[in-house]
Amino acid sequence: MKIGFYPGCSLKGSSREYNESVIAIAKALDIELIEIKDWNCCGATAAHSMNEELSLSLPARILALAEAQGLKEVVVPCAACYNRLMVTQHELKDDTKREKVTDIIQMPYSGELKIINVLQMLESYAMDKIQEKVTKPFAHKVACYYGCLLVRPHKILQFDRVEDPQSMDSMIKLIGGTPVDWAFKTECCGAGFSVSRTDLVVRLSGNILQDAADRNAEAVIVACPMCQSNLDMRRGAINETLSKPIDIPVLFITQAIGLSLGISPKELGLERHFVTVKM
Amino acid sequence: MSKIGVFICHCGENISATVDCERVAQELAKVEGVECAIDYKYMCSDPGQTIIKDAIREHHLDGVVVGACSPRMHEPTFRRACAEAGLNPYLCEIANLREHCSWVHEKGDATTNKAIDLVKMLVEKVKRNKPLESIKVPITKKALVIGGGIAGIQASLDIANAGHQVILVEKDPSIGGHMSQLSETFPTLDCSQCILTPRMVEVAQHPNITLYTYAELESLEGFIGNFTAKIRLKAKSVDYKKCTGCGACMQKCPQKKIPSEFNAGLGTRTAIYVPFPQAVPNKPVIDREHCNYYKRGKCKLCETACPTGAIEWDKEDEILTEQVGAIVVTTGFNVKGTDFFPEYGYGKYKDVITGLQFERLASASGPTFGEIRRPSDGTIPKKIVFIACAGSRDPAKGIPYCSKICCMYTAKHAMLYQHKVHDGESTVFYMDIRAGGKNYEEFVRRAIEEDHVNYVRGRVARVYEKDGKLIVKGVDTLLSGEQVEIEADMVVLATAGVANCGAEVLAQKMHISYDPYHFFAEAHPKLKPVETNTAGIFLAGACQAPKDIPETVGMASGAAVKVAGLFSNNELVREPLIAVVNRMPPPVFSTCVGCFMCQTACPYNAIEREEIKGRDGKVIKTVAKVNPGLCQGCGTCVAFCRSKSIDIQGYSNEQVFAEVMSLLNQ
Amino acid sequence: MENINKVSGDILKHTGVDVSRCYQCGKCTAGCVLASEMNFPPSFLMRLLQTGTADNFERILRSNTIWLCLNCENCVGRCPMEIDIPKIMDYLREQSLNKKKLHPDAKPIVAFHKSFLDSIKKTGRLYEVGLIAGFKARTFRLTQDVKLAPKMYLNGKLNLMPEMIKDRKGLGQIFVKTIDNPKTKNK
Repeated sequence: MKIGFYPGCSLKGSSREYNESVIAIAKALDIELIEIKDWNCCGATAAHSMNEELSLSLPARILALAEAQGLKEVVVPCAACYNRLMVTQHELKDDTKREKVTDIIQMPYSGELKIINVLQMLESYAMDKIQEKVTKPFAHKVACYYGCLLVRPHKILQFDRVEDPQSMDSMIKLIGGTPVDWAFKTECCGAGFSVSRTDLVVRLSGNILQDAADRNAEAVIVACPMCQSNLDMRRGAINETLSKPIDIPVLFITQAIGLSLGISPKELGLERHFVTVKM
Repeated sequence: MSKIGVFICHCGENISATVDCERVAQELAKVEGVECAIDYKYMCSDPGQTIIKDAIREHHLDGVVVGACSPRMHEPTFRRACAEAGLNPYLCEIANLREHCSWVHEKGDATTNKAIDLVKMLVEKVKRNKPLESIKVPITKKALVIGGGIAGIQASLDIANAGHQVILVEKDPSIGGHMSQLSETFPTLDCSQCILTPRMVEVAQHPNITLYTYAELESLEGFIGNFTAKIRLKAKSVDYKKCTGCGACMQKCPQKKIPSEFNAGLGTRTAIYVPFPQAVPNKPVIDREHCNYYKRGKCKLCETACPTGAIEWDKEDEILTEQVGAIVVTTGFNVKGTDFFPEYGYGKYKDVITGLQFERLASASGPTFGEIRRPSDGTIPKKIVFIACAGSRDPAKGIPYCSKICCMYTAKHAMLYQHKVHDGESTVFYMDIRAGGKNYEEFVRRAIEEDHVNYVRGRVARVYEKDGKLIVKGVDTLLSGEQVEIEADMVVLATAGVANCGAEVLAQKMHISYDPYHFFAEAHPKLKPVETNTAGIFLAGACQAPKDIPETVGMASGAAVKVAGLFSNNELVREPLIAVVNRMPPPVFSTCVGCFMCQTACPYNAIEREEIKGRDGKVIKTVAKVNPGLCQGCGTCVAFCRSKSIDIQGYSNEQVFAEVMSLLNQ
Repeated sequence: MENINKVSGDILKHTGVDVSRCYQCGKCTAGCVLASEMNFPPSFLMRLLQTGTADNFERILRSNTIWLCLNCENCVGRCPMEIDIPKIMDYLREQSLNKKKLHPDAKPIVAFHKSFLDSIKKTGRLYEVGLIAGFKARTFRLTQDVKLAPKMYLNGKLNLMPEMIKDRKGLGQIFVKTIDNPKTKNK
C-alpha cells in the first residue's frame, strides 16, 4: 500500500516527533509514504489573514506538485495543513479562481487529488492491521482533543461530527484505551497566537487541560502539531495561571498507536515532549 | 362564421395602469370573427356583467372572451353571466390580463401588445369551443377522518352532529393525540386532559361515529363523493368483545421497561398496554415487537391472567373496505428529539429534554406525577434553562420556518416550573417572542413580571455536562453580546415542530400534495386553507403546519363544515373538462389502437377498456374509455397517446394549436 | 433587488457572504472563545456591517476584533444561517492592513504573520529560528520565550539551519504576483 505524504513544516521542525511517529506506524502497518518532492509551506494562518490569493496559491503549488508526481491520494498529518489544502481544493472549484491561481503558480492543476488526514488514512487502510498487531494495549484513560481545523468547516472537510467527533475516540478504543467524555474536544487552543499572543493561548489551552484533568484523563491525544505545542510546550506558562499544576502529557494519536504496536518510545519521539510521558 | 364578443376589464387600475385597455378592445374589434369588443372599468360588477349579457342577446354571440384577472377568480362569474343570457357557459373563456400581464410588466406598448396577443389567442380558441354539459355524480354521505388527535376528534364530532356517518381512524391504540400528553394549556392554564377527555368519550359514544383505533389507511381510490378506502386494522391481539379492560394482563406482563410513547420516553410501559389511564378505548393491545411470546415463543402470562380469555395470539391484520364521500386528514405533527442537536450533546445528556417531555414531567398523569424532577437522578432542578428556537429558524441544521407554538409553550413551561418549584430559577433564551394571539402577549408578560422568569435575548452556542451540572453557554445580545454562562440542572429545548413520520407516504396514497417539509399543502394559502388540491380531501390541524389548539380546533370545524356542505347535495356537479377517446363512424369506430399506454400513464385509474362489438356480437376492437367520474382532466393520457385519439374537452389539441398559431401568424 | 449598501455589496463580491442573512441571534458570540477580549463580538460586528455606514466600517477596520478572530470556525459551524464569519474576517483584515488602520493589538499579530511569510518567501518552508528572530526584531520582544528555545533545541525541536526548497524562484514569483503586488491591494 503506497500513499502520497505531505509532512508540512511543523513536522520537520518543532513537531518532528509527529513525523517520526507517523513514519514509524506507517512502516509497522505496511504503508509506504511517498513524500511530495520539493513541497513548500501551506501558508497557514499567516497567508489567509494577509492575502487571499497567496493563501490559495501556496497550497495550490503543493497540490500541483503532487499531481505532477502522479499521486492520487495524499495523507496530511498536520491538521492545519490538511485544512488549508482541503479549503484550497474547494475554493479552486471556482473556474475564475482556478485560472488565476494556476497562472500565479505556473503549473497545471486538476483538483482531483484526494486529500486525507492521518485518521482517515488509518480508518481506510489499517484498522484490521492495527487490531491484529496490538501487542501492548494502550490501557489508559485519555481525552481525545480534535481542535478546530480537523473538523471545521464541516461543509468542506466532511470529516466526522462537527460537535463531539468520534474517530479518534474509536481509534483509542481499538488500541485498548478508554476515551473520556469531556467538553473541550473542539474548543480552540489559541492556534497561531502561540508567539504573538501567548497570554491568550495560555488561557484557552489552560481551559482545555483543566477540563481534561477534571475528568481524570491520563493524557490528551491530538492530531495537530499546533494543538500539541500549545498544550505541551506552553505548559510552564499555563501552569503558572492554574491553581494546581497539570502534568498530564499530550500525545499524538500516532504515538499512542505506536506504543500499542510495541514501537519504542524513542522511535516515536516521546522524549522530545516538554511534559514527560510515562506511558 | 363565428360571432365572438370580447370584453376587456380595467380591474380598477390593476390592469389599466400598465395596459392600454381601450387599445386592446380596438385591436380586437379588427380580428376576424369578433363581433364586438368593449372595455369597462369593472367587468365583474353587476353593470359589467349586464354589458356582456346584453351583447350576447343583441349580437347573437356564439362565443365570449373576457380579458380580466385569473380565471381562478372570476371564471365562474362570467360563465354564469353567459349562461343567464342563454349561451353555453363553456363557450366563455378568460384571458388572464392581470396576473399574466399587467402585474408582471412595466407600463408600455409591449405590455399592451402582449395583452392583445393573450386575448387574440383565446378568440382563436373559443372559435373551436364546443358546448359542454357539466357532469353529475352521486355522493356517498359518509366521511373518513384520518387521525384521532384533537383535530380529528373535533372534525368527527362536528360532521357526526350534522347528521352524517363518520369513520375515525387512529394509528395508535387510543385517540387523544398530542393534546392528551399536555399538562396545562396556554393562555388559560386549564388542564389539557380535563377539557379533552369529555370529547374523547363523546367520540366513543356517538351513534354516527365508527372508531377504528390501531388502524391505518392502506389505500385510497376514487374521487370526491365516491372514494373507496381500504383500512388496515392492525392486529391488537386482544378481542375487544371479550375484554373488559380490567388490566390484569398488564400487571402480569414481564416486559416492564419499554419506553412509553405517551410519556415521550420518560416513563415505561408493558408489552400489553393501554397507553394512558383515560385512553379511549380503554382496552389494551399487545406490542408484538416487545412481547416475549412473539419474540421468543414463550410467556403467555397475560393469557393466564385474563379472566375472559380475550387474548388472540393468532390474530392477523384485517383489511376493511369502506365507501366514503369525503376525507378529513388530521394526522398531526411531531417534535424533533434531543439526539438531533449536535451542540446540545446529540441526546447524550439525560437532563436535556424536549418541550414535550417537559409536558409529561409537569403533568399529573406523568412519570413524576406532576413534580418537576430530573430524568437522570430524580432530583428537583433548582436552575432550569429553556432554549427557544431549538431547531426552528435554523436552515443549516434544523428547519427554516418558525414552529409558532414554542414561544407560548416555553412561557407556559417556565411559568409551571415557577409555580411548582418556588425557589427555582428559570431562564429562557429567545430570539423573538412571537405571541400573536388572543391573550398571548399578556400571558408571556405574566411569566416575566409575575413569575419572574428571566428572559435573555440570545441563542445558546452549546450545552455540556460537568460535575452533574449542565453548563449552558449563551449570550445576551441586548448587552452588546455579553456572554452568559449558566450552570443549570435541567435544559428544556423548544424543539421544532415537524411533519409526522410517514406523512409523505400517506400523501402519496391519497394523491394530495405536500410542501418541502412534508406538511400537507392546502389548496390556497388564504382562501382555501382547509381544502387540498384533490377535491373531497380536507385538512385540519398540525398536519398542515405547526399550530396551537385553538387554531387546530377552528380548522377542524372549518373542514367539517366543508364536508357537511358537500353532503348537503345529493349529486355533485363537476366540470366537464375531462379526457374523451374519439369515436368514428364504421368501419374505423375509433382511431384508438388499444395500446393502453394511457392506462399506464393515468394517475387516477380513470382509463377503462371497452369492447366495440359488431351486430353479430363479435368483438371488433378493444379501445380505451375514460371514466368521467374518475378523470381529473390532467391531460397526461393525451400526451401519451400515440394515435392522437384522446383529447381533453375544452382543451383539445385543435384548440391549443389554434392558440399557438394565432401567435405565429402575426 | 439591487443592493445599494456598498459595504455589504463589497463583502458579497469578495467573499460570497451575504451579511443581510444574519438575524442577530448571537450564537456566534455565545460560542466565541475570544469574544470577551474583542472590542465588540462577532454578532455585533455583523450588525455594524448590516448598517453599511462608512463610520461603522471604519470602526470595524480599526478594531481588535478582526485580529483576535482565531478562525477556529466555531461560529460558522453553529450559525443557523451558515454565515461564513471567518471568511469575512479574512477580508476585513486584508482591508485593515491595506488601508493602514491597524488596531494596536494587531501589531504583534501582523508582525508574526509577516515574519512567517518572510521566512517562507526566502526558503519555501517555515524556518522557526528565522521566524522568531524576525518577530523579535519587529516587536522588540527580545526576551520572550528565551527559556523555551534551549529546551526546544535540546529536545531536537529546533533546526538551526533552514530547509530550503529547490524551486525558490518559482515560489518567489508567487509572492511577487500576490501579496507583494501593489495592484492586488487596491481591491
